[in-house]
Amino acid sequence: MARITASVYTSHVPAIGAAMDLGKTQEPYWQPLFAGYDFSRQWMKDHPPDVIFLVYNDHATAFSLDCIPTFAIGTAAEYLPADEGWGPRPVPKVVGHPELAAHIAHSVIQQDFDLTIVNKMDVDHGLTVPLSLLCGEQDPVHGAWPCPVIPFAVNVVQYPVPSGQRCFQLGRAIRRAIERFDQDINVHIWGTGGMSHQLQGARAGLINKAWDQRFMDLLIANPSGLAQMPHIDYVREAGSEGIELVMWLIARGAMSDVDAPADPPQVVHRFYHVPASNTAVGHLILENR
Amino acid sequence: MALDKPYLDVPGTIIFDTEQSRKGYWLNQFCMSLMQAENRQRFKADERAYLDGWAMSEEQKQAVLERDLNWCLRTGGNIYFLAKIGATDGKSFQQMAGSMTGMSEEAYRAMMVAGGRSAEGNRYVGEEGDAQDHRQPQAKPVGAAGISGEKD
Repeated sequence: MARITASVYTSHVPAIGAAMDLGKTQEPYWQPLFAGYDFSRQWMKDHPPDVIFLVYNDHATAFSLDCIPTFAIGTAAEYLPADEGWGPRPVPKVVGHPELAAHIAHSVIQQDFDLTIVNKMDVDHGLTVPLSLLCGEQDPVHGAWPCPVIPFAVNVVQYPVPSGQRCFQLGRAIRRAIERFDQDINVHIWGTGGMSHQLQGARAGLINKAWDQRFMDLLIANPSGLAQMPHIDYVREAGSEGIELVMWLIARGAMSDVDAPADPPQVVHRFYHVPASNTAVGHLILENR
Repeated sequence: MALDKPYLDVPGTIIFDTEQSRKGYWLNQFCMSLMQAENRQRFKADERAYLDGWAMSEEQKQAVLERDLNWCLRTGGNIYFLAKIGATDGKSFQQMAGSMTGMSEEAYRAMMVAGGRSAEGNRYVGEEGDAQDHRQPQAKPVGAAGISGEKD
């Protein structure tokens, strides 16, 4: 039986990818941020997953206004890094896991979540920056990500976006799906994007450290309560793009304590930094007990 | 029954909802076209001619030509799409975001390094925070910011 052993949470910022691609990670501006991931890179080596289920948002890259799926699961064998307007990032292609992805799609749709199934798409910084942060620099040609990745894209671009509650329930459905997969593999589920940021209008640059920290506290200790928070609270308190944080609730909903009377997962790493470009960066690693 | 839009009273913010999306369809699709190197070259070679190939309003074209991102937002642009224009121009996301605040690039960057813009006074229209219209050092008024662009 497949099992989820850990969940990983991290912001994803295009400038972080650019800093890695251009060799700027030790510059004074960036060094404190990357230092926050030193532990995580070692942890990845010590706890290698067989598959990463990576929840992220597409930034008007694979999905334009022609087609906007609320939830889309990648069932392809591979995905290429996208050209977001400055050329593709120099990172390896992402190898998928079609068999597990198709299994999850089947199971989750039967649990009443309407997933869009995607067999061809490029993946943008929303997916590649978390991989870079946790796995370090990789040669685009001779390198490779450590394991297959199942991309799971959530619409947080066009309102209304899915509620925290729906995301949390979806995470529970994904865990049930993975546990019904008849291979003995170890899966990590990652929730990416978010922390306070506003990228538009006169309010651009909004950062709310206290709110971000409270979000992480509740995510660990009371995720079902946190899932009740309405969208408007994210917008008012954490900026219009802070809404990306609903994706963290998908990963949290997939942890085993949610459906069992059990202790919250073990916090093995917690990090917070301001700023990376326009945003606060939050990062958590939680292991199932 | 009217749709629930509790975000209309957040200052300096235009939420990209279905109404804005409908208004900005061609503007945003133009932005998507800049994900191809060949299209970026064509756009840079003659911006006006390239824009005339899209079913955008004249106002949307002017907003793009002037690189006035607040104006683009009011006419239905979305920041994740508009970022493609900045990428084509070689601008960072921080430069793009900063350009919408009326601050200099240096002042915006310094604000971020110092911890960013405070939420205090910036949660509701009419408070006294620095993102409120009456506190903004904009070169020209952006009166529609905070309400869903109906002045356009």
